[in-house]
Amino acid sequence: METIIEIQRLSKSFGSHEVLKDIHFSVEKGEVVTIIGSSGSGKSTLLRCVNLLEKPSGGQIIYNGENILDDRHDIHQYRRKLGMVFQQFNLFNNHDVLNNCMVGQIKVLKRSKEEAEQIARKYLRVVGMENYINAKPRHLSGGQKQRVAIARALSMEPDVMLFDEPTSALDPEMVGEVLKIMKELAGTGLTMLIVTHEMEFAREVSDRVVFMDKGVIAEEGPPEKIFNNPDQERTREFLKRTLKTV
Amino acid sequence: MSLDWMIQIIQSNWPMFLRGAGWTLVIALTGTIIGSLIGLLAGVVRTIPAPEKGIKKNLLKLINAILTIYIEFFRGTPMIVQAMVIFYGSALAFNFHMNPIIAGIVVVGINTGAYMAEIVRGGIISVDKGQYEAAQAIGMNHVQTMIHVVMPQVIRNILPATGNQFIINIKDTAVLSVISVTELFFQTKTVAGNNFRYFESFFVACIIYFIMTFAITLILRYFERKLEGPDNYTVIGNNLHVETAEDMKKKANKGM
Ligand SMILES: Nc1ncnc2c1ncn2[C@@H]1O[C@H](COP(=O)(O)OP(=O)(O)O)[C@@H](O)[C@H]1O
Ligand SMILES: [Mg+2]
Repeated sequence: METIIEIQRLSKSFGSHEVLKDIHFSVEKGEVVTIIGSSGSGKSTLLRCVNLLEKPSGGQIIYNGENILDDRHDIHQYRRKLGMVFQQFNLFNNHDVLNNCMVGQIKVLKRSKEEAEQIARKYLRVVGMENYINAKPRHLSGGQKQRVAIARALSMEPDVMLFDEPTSALDPEMVGEVLKIMKELAGTGLTMLIVTHEMEFAREVSDRVVFMDKGVIAEEGPPEKIFNNPDQERTREFLKRTLKTV
Repeated sequence: MSLDWMIQIIQSNWPMFLRGAGWTLVIALTGTIIGSLIGLLAGVVRTIPAPEKGIKKNLLKLINAILTIYIEFFRGTPMIVQAMVIFYGSALAFNFHMNPIIAGIVVVGINTGAYMAEIVRGGIISVDKGQYEAAQAIGMNHVQTMIHVVMPQVIRNILPATGNQFIINIKDTAVLSVISVTELFFQTKTVAGNNFRYFESFFVACIIYFIMTFAITLILRYFERKLEGPDNYTVIGNNLHVETAEDMKKKANKGM
């Protein structure tokens, strides 16, 4: 297997508050990794460190064999290889659906308008939003916004897709439509790193599950292992709590 | 009677009033545009995230300090005094007399820029942080993020304040008469100096000022409404066709 991203001794502090401690982990090409853990355990911060929306306080992020935390590394160049889907969608309010999926391609990847439109339409079809290309974000429901956000990220044809609780801000009846698309994507061999509270979904799509607790990776392994027979007591505790409330 | 006087004043002096009003508009508009550009630039620079270290960090600090001095200085001194300082100062420093109209535009532009810088900064801060992050996440740099995502939203946010600034400028250009700019107030003074009917002459000026500001208010309101955009959109293709009241009526009619 080919490692795409490898994280070594990563740490992150906000002031004196140490949010991530000595994180080691890697993502292989084509792998679907889900990160679970209670709220405040540092899942979002880890994901945001991976694409440098947060600057790590220490450690290394090795991408294709290079440490991208090196000063001379171009972080914009690196970020375009990673797609990010946010909990709050963050569609560009000033662009319609089609342009949301085109502007990055044209301005960052320097694709021609025609090519960008063709690619944008292709991925909008994948998420079932090709009929809404003229709509502005404010016209869409939460589920529709998140589907467009996924298409926007896919349109950049990234090496890895990062998802930060993509269904947590959705009304319950819209969670399914987004998870369905993510399952389909997982089936295409796309490399995905997903923070989620949807345990059923995590069990179903993951090649590997990472359980985080208080800023460290407490345990990781295949979903059968983590969900049925975890090594750690705190993993068991978390699952018991979470599965009960669902 | 005053009204007769006013009519007579307009009849015999309308070209002067018109020229004055014209210059007032030109100076206010150009000044507002220049000021908005200064404000946008200053606002963008002042919101650049600080680099960690190195020359860039110190350079940015220096530029920010200069911008802060500029903003505070021009907001903290009367425009009428600024006009005198710039007009006579340039004569002293470069030994040449600026065209008063150019000097007027410069004064209004720089002054407006100081106010707009703050307005733009507020407008940038009020754009949701998620917009910025999403643009960064697809690989845009700071300038691209600003041009393609943040600024269009900022401009929409600050449009009312900019229009307001334009209206303020129409009124405030009156102070430029101290450096002999032939705007409306200056022309009115000339007219009144000839006929000694101060009240009537300035009342005419008053009405002209009001017509200008009110017309602009109406125009701006129209544009703001237009910028809001349509409240609906078309769903393309018929597999996901959203039924409108019209469609349902049609169907009902067919059924009958
Ligand atoms: N920008 C920030 N400034 C200060 N503290 C933060 C910031 N972002 C996150 N934190 C803190 O870091 C911890 C982990 O947060 P987060 O990564 O969002 O957790 P999770 O996504 O697992 O719920 C929390 O205690 C949170 O308060
Ligand atoms: Mg989170």
